[in-house]
Amino acid sequence: MPLEKFAEIIKNISVWILPLLIVLIPLCALFKRIALYDTFIKGAREGVGVGLRIIPYLVAILVAVGMFRASGAMELLANFLAPVLNIIGMPADILPLAIIKPLSGSGALGITTEIANQYGGDSYMARLAAVMTGSSETTLYVIAVYFGSVGITNVRHALAAGLIADFAAIFASLFISRIVF
Amino acid sequence: MLGYIWLFFIVTAVIVGGINGRIDQVGQAAIDYSKLAVEISISLIGIMSLWLGLMKLAEASGLILLVSKLIKPLTKRIFPEVPPEHPAMGSIAMNISANALGVTNAATPIGIKAMKELQLLNENKNTATNAMCAFLAINSAGLQLVPASIIGVLIGAGAKNPTVIILPTILASGIALIVGIIAVKVLEKLPVFRMENFSEKGEEPCL
Repeated sequence: MPLEKFAEIIKNISVWILPLLIVLIPLCALFKRIALYDTFIKGAREGVGVGLRIIPYLVAILVAVGMFRASGAMELLANFLAPVLNIIGMPADILPLAIIKPLSGSGALGITTEIANQYGGDSYMARLAAVMTGSSETTLYVIAVYFGSVGITNVRHALAAGLIADFAAIFASLFISRIVF
Repeated sequence: MLGYIWLFFIVTAVIVGGINGRIDQVGQAAIDYSKLAVEISISLIGIMSLWLGLMKLAEASGLILLVSKLIKPLTKRIFPEVPPEHPAMGSIAMNISANALGVTNAATPIGIKAMKELQLLNENKNTATNAMCAFLAINSAGLQLVPASIIGVLIGAGAKNPTVIILPTILASGIALIVGIIAVKVLEKLPVFRMENFSEKGEEPCL
């Protein structure tokens, strides 16, 4: 199975890359005669500031998404959109996943788990859900954290572009899954 | 724009929650998720400090500059406003590699480092630059070679052959990446999103 081998190799690299970088970067710095401890601390200190700075941005985004999910608005939207999306071949059970994906990463993984358990791990539905979840990041979270870390509130076209990329990921997943699985 | 979407979520949540008889859950969610936001932020501090410390060492020893030079042919097209050998380019390349290899713990702090460097080139500190939006679009596609957590979900549901999703996922993600970059390039030229619109007005009242 070449694919399993590929997955195995990538997994091995992923496991090794973290410890390797942690040791190789300071070794390089030593070679360049840089004040190791001083420089590390100087950089690490910024981490505290970043962690605190993103709090208000994450509170704003997560509270809005959380309230939206708790209200049942997602199901309402899914019911409303279902007839339209049936035409392009999106199964009704996948729709909530497509809606939640740009909003909440843990939510998307949760729905994928439900679908996989309901239909079975090797089913078409489970694979479609898996491809859809894996094919893009949680746009709103990425925007909150990255822009929050430098204090940007006016995101210009970043949100629109991120959502367009999300739509592309959803349709590409549907299309590719139908051909491959 | 973010302000309007934010308002839309909250207004919809309260109206729909009220109709559905779930208004108590909506209120509870507001409290729970504000706590969750703080927990996530605080839990990021440790890993963020580790990587920002390491990245400072990498920067001082010239490693980041080296990476910037290596990917110059690609980045000068996607980020034309950024000087090709700027350290931001090296951080962006390392962020994308970390994401691709699934080392998400490192990818976020390195991405934040990239944002800080892009912010140094920004004249209007509360408004995103074209380069920042392009970087966000790339990250939003989140190209990952092996989506380990999702494969884990499939295995948990009894899959015998979960790795079949790898290539389709890479393909779909690659399409999202290309569409995202094209979208950024087209949208940045639209009058509504033009940088000059924001620089004079200062802070947008709705954001």
